[in-house]
Amino acid sequence: MATIFDIPSSNTSAFPVPKYDIPDMDALPAELLSTDEVLPDVAEIEAVRHYTNLSRMNYSVDTQMYPLGSCTMKYNPKLNERVASLDGFANLHPLTQPANAQGALALMWELASSLAEITGMKEFTLAPAAGAHGELTGVMIIKKYFEEKGEKRRVILIPDSAHGTNPASVAMCGFEVREIPSRSDGDVDINALASALDENVAAMMLTNPNTLGLFDRGVLDISKLLHSKGALFYADGANLNAVMGMAKMRDMGFDLMHINLHKTFSTPHGGGGPGSGPVGVRDDLVKYLPVPVVMKDGEKYRLEYDRPSSIGRVHSFYGNFLVCVRAYAYLKRLGATGIRTTAETAVLNANYLRARLKNAYNCPVDRICMHEFVLNDKGLPNGLTTNDVAKRILDYGFHAPTVYFPLHVPGAIMIEPTETESKQTLDAFADAMLAIRTECSENPGMVHDAPHTLPVKKVDAVLAARKPVLIWKK
Amino acid sequence: MSSIPENLKYTREHEWALFDEEGLTCTCGITDHAQEMLTDIVFVELPEKGIEVKKGERLAVVESVKAVSDVYAPVSGEVIEVNSRLEDSPELLNSDPYGDGWICKLSVKNASEADELMDARAYEAHVAAGD
Amino acid sequence: MDYTALSDIDREEMLKAIGVRSVDELFSDIPEEIRLKEKLHLPGGISDIEVEQALRKLAGNNIVAKSFAGAGVYRHYIPAVVDDIARRGEFFTAYTPYQPEVSQGTLTAIFEYQTMIARLTGCDIANASMYDGATAMAEAILMALRGKNGGNVILSETIHPHYREVALTYMRAAGIEVRACGFRDGITDVSKLNTLIDDATAAVVVQSPNFFGLIENVTSFSDIAHKKNAKLIQVITEPLSLGLLKRPGVLGADIACGEAQSFGNPVGFGGPLLGFLAAKEEFVRKIPGRLVGKSVDERGKDAYVLTLQTREQHIRRERATSNICSNEGLCALRAVVYLSLLGNNIRTLAQLNHALAAYLKHRLEEKGFAAPFAGHFFNEFVVCVHDIEKVCERLRGEGYELGILLEPYYPALRDCVLVCATEMNSPDEIDALIAALEGVM
Repeated sequence: MATIFDIPSSNTSAFPVPKYDIPDMDALPAELLSTDEVLPDVAEIEAVRHYTNLSRMNYSVDTQMYPLGSCTMKYNPKLNERVASLDGFANLHPLTQPANAQGALALMWELASSLAEITGMKEFTLAPAAGAHGELTGVMIIKKYFEEKGEKRRVILIPDSAHGTNPASVAMCGFEVREIPSRSDGDVDINALASALDENVAAMMLTNPNTLGLFDRGVLDISKLLHSKGALFYADGANLNAVMGMAKMRDMGFDLMHINLHKTFSTPHGGGGPGSGPVGVRDDLVKYLPVPVVMKDGEKYRLEYDRPSSIGRVHSFYGNFLVCVRAYAYLKRLGATGIRTTAETAVLNANYLRARLKNAYNCPVDRICMHEFVLNDKGLPNGLTTNDVAKRILDYGFHAPTVYFPLHVPGAIMIEPTETESKQTLDAFADAMLAIRTECSENPGMVHDAPHTLPVKKVDAVLAARKPVLIWKK
Repeated sequence: MSSIPENLKYTREHEWALFDEEGLTCTCGITDHAQEMLTDIVFVELPEKGIEVKKGERLAVVESVKAVSDVYAPVSGEVIEVNSRLEDSPELLNSDPYGDGWICKLSVKNASEADELMDARAYEAHVAAGD
Repeated sequence: MDYTALSDIDREEMLKAIGVRSVDELFSDIPEEIRLKEKLHLPGGISDIEVEQALRKLAGNNIVAKSFAGAGVYRHYIPAVVDDIARRGEFFTAYTPYQPEVSQGTLTAIFEYQTMIARLTGCDIANASMYDGATAMAEAILMALRGKNGGNVILSETIHPHYREVALTYMRAAGIEVRACGFRDGITDVSKLNTLIDDATAAVVVQSPNFFGLIENVTSFSDIAHKKNAKLIQVITEPLSLGLLKRPGVLGADIACGEAQSFGNPVGFGGPLLGFLAAKEEFVRKIPGRLVGKSVDERGKDAYVLTLQTREQHIRRERATSNICSNEGLCALRAVVYLSLLGNNIRTLAQLNHALAAYLKHRLEEKGFAAPFAGHFFNEFVVCVHDIEKVCERLRGEGYELGILLEPYYPALRDCVLVCATEMNSPDEIDALIAALEGVM
């Protein structure tokens, strides 16, 4: 792949700088200055072609179905891009006086209130910049809560089905992770939980629906157990898309949670980010939320900093505001009815695909699913694996599902179609998966050697890891 | 079927140990079965020479592209030599796990610990049982 | 008003294929007692026209002044190409490039971004981005501490106050001791550093240009840090300065981190921003976040792939180098397109920023503003005048935002304001500000 550094140098700048007639009143001495030139010099058209051509090597939601489980790759409405680029949002300085930012603060306040209504939590902060950042904020709140109570609890329980961010966030706050196994039906093993639970446990983090796409039927019992020992119950809201408008996380017994606006609320994933990971808490945890907090006094909005129990600041300013603008616009358009239809359709689409595929591929837990479901490569003929299937589906013009996650299902293939796909597209994807299953038996080489139709063949990840080349060199 | 040399001792976690005649030092590494399960090994975090380890403690870390595995000390002792070739050539763990892919040598602290390890036949059964 | 794409007939057919009678049945795993019986109390459910009108109204309730405010985010010109490329759906509606065969676009762009950041900072490696400058700094500190048992970290008080607050939040959670190093004449006090540092110090952190816009003597700090086997971390909130000033790696920094919003991203009320993190080669297995590496495909053709993933949370879980998963990919894409267009003209642009700031400072001094600090600065500086709060308030009435008041952050800096000039503030605009100032003072 050619990089920008491979394009021959041009003598014209693609970014002319104005020549103002002012003297430099503070000439910097030479010992402060660098002298080397480190950037490429290319003509504007070369840059445009280079990046346009690069974009064409990507699969994306705008170009095909992207059933990446756990990531909720739904359609990202164009209107939201337009409104996020409005001058009053995009060019607003974060340290401007609150009087000059009433629209922005109102938007933040209303979005946080809507999230509270959807989840049943008392209040939300929009400061965390991504889901994992939200988890970290949540675990910091848990830590502060027990510190103020004068209790030294060292352990946080995490099911084996959890996202890796859960244990990593826990470790960053100095807690120990204690893993709780899942039962064969996909729910948390409540007996194992009961025996792992003692006065040293600060909290349990649970994704519900879980990473198998299943609603944990024991959630109320788990909540009772935890609370009987004084522990908190944290919800990883990665899969909120399945239950919003159907049930509230607070009613399930969760005390605090994060939401991924880039999943449930349709903000674009941007090739890896930016996301947004608002954190919501029950009444008595509100005082621990990070500063500043958006407050509403009558019709005026302001930022409050004086919060003695707060965990402190977690972001340079107030989080990924322009991402929040998009989520706000999305929620406005959906309203209460649209939210419910969205969850219902996400679940309907997933179950339909599951019904079409579960006899062709092994389905480790055969239950009605929520917004996603997990198959695996058990029983595939000719030694073919999940990775082979994932690469072959690319040839059919679909992005691959999430593979090898969750970790407790060997060779997992995790499929999340989202509510925005049509039946026609779902059928085309199912047909492709079924055709690949036939190929596995009849033409295994075709599957094993995939992909065949893309700009690059299988990329050598082993070489990249053994001899890392992380920056361009001539 | 992976190779399981007769002259070595084994742990349940798929490490091997080769003791010298007096049982004073032992060379250790990971088994052929372990390297097969790990697939292409891309990095090895070696122990520092001179550190003391207890039996069952983490001795080294081996990484493939998508997995990380701890290598545990088969017996207690001091690390007296490490195979620094693995730093640049981790693939030796795949190509020659019992030879050039050895990880380190330990001075044996407690000779009786050697008796707790499995012989080739026991290890073969352990692998066959799928643990 | 949802974005679903099924007809009623589709729904019927799909329910039949699943073998249930209603969608409600699909939710039967949710205990009856917590199933919502009534609709959520939410506004909305409106058309695109109404949504856009509502959002325009909110945007209109914000006042975007002619601004001389910096302090961590900077209003720079964004070439149209940047918006155009970043709005291509192939980029902005993709996700983390886990399948390299269908993500070469994103992967190549990130690889270029890593290269540009590493080169601009004079470092060996850079990662694919962090959330923002403040969290990049917190993660840089954790990286310097990695592999050590405990230890302390020294933060200069000329680092952006918000960054120090975020660092304190992170270090409190991690149980790391933080020491504050004061300043003299707006510059970190070297003699104080000498008394604070000890054998347990894992890292010394300085910002340059610092929060006051002043250029610090980074080398003197790195010398002291290195003598105690501590790492020197240089923070930068205005990366355009790298077009002009000596590179952190050259000054002895082991890690360079901070905010790269200036490169092609709008200020956006403070987010999304673009945290950058670069370091010496020795940190290659300790650095948090995503890394793109160069490799080949089966035909031997150059190709890019996420690499050294065993550092990351999805593999190493509680022993990962960080919990970061989603980053600021699209902001990094904007930065790489911006820097490709700007090229080595970055020096000219940086020089212009500096000259405009110097001109503005000079004009303010003519009007009776005092300059409390004498050192060289990049595009930001501190000035004071009696009753500054009123002056700023009145200027706001004239449509100008003069800058950021410093007293809330540094009680000793009464009547001081942090002022910034970029290429967006033409000499004409500066002259107009000065004219407006005459009316309000």
